[in-house]
Amino acid sequence: MKAFKQINGLVCPLDRANVDTDAIIPKQFLKSIKRTGFGPYLFDEWRYADHGEPGMDCTRRPLRKEFILNLPRYKGAQILLARDNFGCGSSREHAPWAIEDYGFQVIIAPSFADIFFNNCYKNGILPIVLPAATVDKLFADCAANEGYRLSVDLESQKIILPSGEPLGFDIQPHRKHCLLNGLDEIGLTLQHADEIKAFESKHKAAQPWLFAQQA
Amino acid sequence: MAGKTLYDKLWESHVVREESDGTCLLYIDRHLIHEVTSAQAFEGMRLAGRKAWRAASIVANPDHNTPTDHWDEGIKDPISRLQVETLDANIRDFGALVYFPFKHANQGIIHVIGPENGTTLPGTTVVCGDSHTSTHGAFGALAHGIGTSEVEHVLATQTLVAKRSQRMLVKVEGQLGKEITAKDVALAIIGKIGTAGGNGYAIEFGGSAIRGLSIEGRMTLCNMTIEAGARAGLVAPDEKTIEYLKGRKYAPKGADWDKAVACWATLKSDPDAKFDAVVELDAARIEPQVTWGTSPEQVLPVGARVPNPANEPDSQKRTGIERALQYMGLAADTPISEIKVDKVFIGSCTNSRIEDLRAAAKVVKGRKKAAGVKLVLVVPGSGIVKRQAEDEGLDKVFLDAGFEWREPGCSMCLAMNADRLEPGERCASTSNRNFEGRQGAGGRTHLVSPAMAAAAAIAGHFVDIRKPL
Repeated sequence: MKAFKQINGLVCPLDRANVDTDAIIPKQFLKSIKRTGFGPYLFDEWRYADHGEPGMDCTRRPLRKEFILNLPRYKGAQILLARDNFGCGSSREHAPWAIEDYGFQVIIAPSFADIFFNNCYKNGILPIVLPAATVDKLFADCAANEGYRLSVDLESQKIILPSGEPLGFDIQPHRKHCLLNGLDEIGLTLQHADEIKAFESKHKAAQPWLFAQQA
Repeated sequence: MAGKTLYDKLWESHVVREESDGTCLLYIDRHLIHEVTSAQAFEGMRLAGRKAWRAASIVANPDHNTPTDHWDEGIKDPISRLQVETLDANIRDFGALVYFPFKHANQGIIHVIGPENGTTLPGTTVVCGDSHTSTHGAFGALAHGIGTSEVEHVLATQTLVAKRSQRMLVKVEGQLGKEITAKDVALAIIGKIGTAGGNGYAIEFGGSAIRGLSIEGRMTLCNMTIEAGARAGLVAPDEKTIEYLKGRKYAPKGADWDKAVACWATLKSDPDAKFDAVVELDAARIEPQVTWGTSPEQVLPVGARVPNPANEPDSQKRTGIERALQYMGLAADTPISEIKVDKVFIGSCTNSRIEDLRAAAKVVKGRKKAAGVKLVLVVPGSGIVKRQAEDEGLDKVFLDAGFEWREPGCSMCLAMNADRLEPGERCASTSNRNFEGRQGAGGRTHLVSPAMAAAAAIAGHFVDIRKPL
């Protein structure tokens, strides 16, 4: 996995609550058996005026000009500012794949849906939860200031506002460690293979019916 | 010391190791796999030269992309076909306990085939790259959806890196009214706590109304837990659970069965267990539910009117209502019973089991679909459900009414195959999500129970199922 340490990035505000993963990446793009190439289809139905299908050349598609990602001032944004319950619904990891492939590395919201939140960490994306009032203020500042940027530093767990004021954020130590170092979680877990085997033997002795073989 | 919740018992019996920050390695008993969220995981396994840790934990079948008609013609969409063939190849190379390839007599929706084959058991951990894995909590299993990276992690290590959730008890006491189903209970709960209400929680459902639900009803309820934001829903196993599982293909047999039943008896929250949150609903007050917006929390009883954003003081919520009404093509204050439907979908991992089809057929019997309704799709959850329904003559009831009787699969719940809404079309659907575009770009979804969907198909608009049609 790609490591995440710090960025200074342009902020794009997506001002709606309960953004679901169907909206982040519609179903027709889930037919791909690859992990890459989803960025052009991020928020497909909100972003383009036509109906998207896998393999389309998105540079030729008609845009919904009013959609936030299509406004010139947010071109190249790396930080997505969002509202409550971002990423709800389907567990599709294609959603963080699309977000990452588009270029976002940080998502800030008052709350995230659990599965999406978890999926972000597996893909080098840092999801940050801030109090609703703080997020409100960021939305207001972002709207008022073209080119609004934030610095995010994972090591110190701080967001630095353009004024220089720092905002702290929480992250589980294990997740921070994996993200900072871009660690392969499977490799880490397999260091404990003996413990897994020991657990499995005990579990099998207690509940042998859980280990049914092909009938 | 306070007693333990069912969730804590399930969690603690599967912890392989725990880090100082509470991050655990959790052992996984059952890994369900479908074609959409697994290809990249198997590819990762191949690239790293890894084998499946325990292939006999895997239950797999394609369901999202498979067509529901003309099976003799195969899968016409080449991208869908490749994804399904990729699953065939991955299971061939890595192994599985159960695999029903496309067109197998028992193939179906993964969350339907697991329980009906007895591979979902009380006291187990169940994961799948699919958010509706919460369904399996109906058996007292700790079951939830995971992402594709985690699918790979479980394939390679039989464990998941996870942290304990908070515990919520949703208690529904009393007697459900006539024609009120688990779907109405689920939607009423979501209406009360909101789609983010369960974020960070595992929800245990308790109370006399929950104990009164059939196992299939409990599956419907737990299935919708994710729509309330909670990854996992739970119902403690009881006599009904044991009765349901007895004799199923992969359920324990002989001495193992007796031992298992004794073990399952301990799977309930202790009387003095502490929950982090408790929500209570009065069963008698739950009415037939219909969603009117683009989030499952935008739901009301069938006798209500669509909300008026002018009455909403919170500006963000007001904008949300306005946006939903615009997308749904609805005027504020419209009575829900006056909303006409273009299509009806009866199916999905929420409501495609035999009891759902019986409930729909009971409404339909001897009647015809309304002239204004273009299409009514009835899609059974599995080959086994389909044969059972045909043995009972339910297919005839649907066909006589002008409905279509299809092959099993996810179908128009998410419209990855050819079954979908066209832009602007309105659908009464027994599925689980009314998100924008969920059933087809521009499509408008109203979530309801199977009987309510069937009644809408007959009347052409929503009706209160408690009154004569």
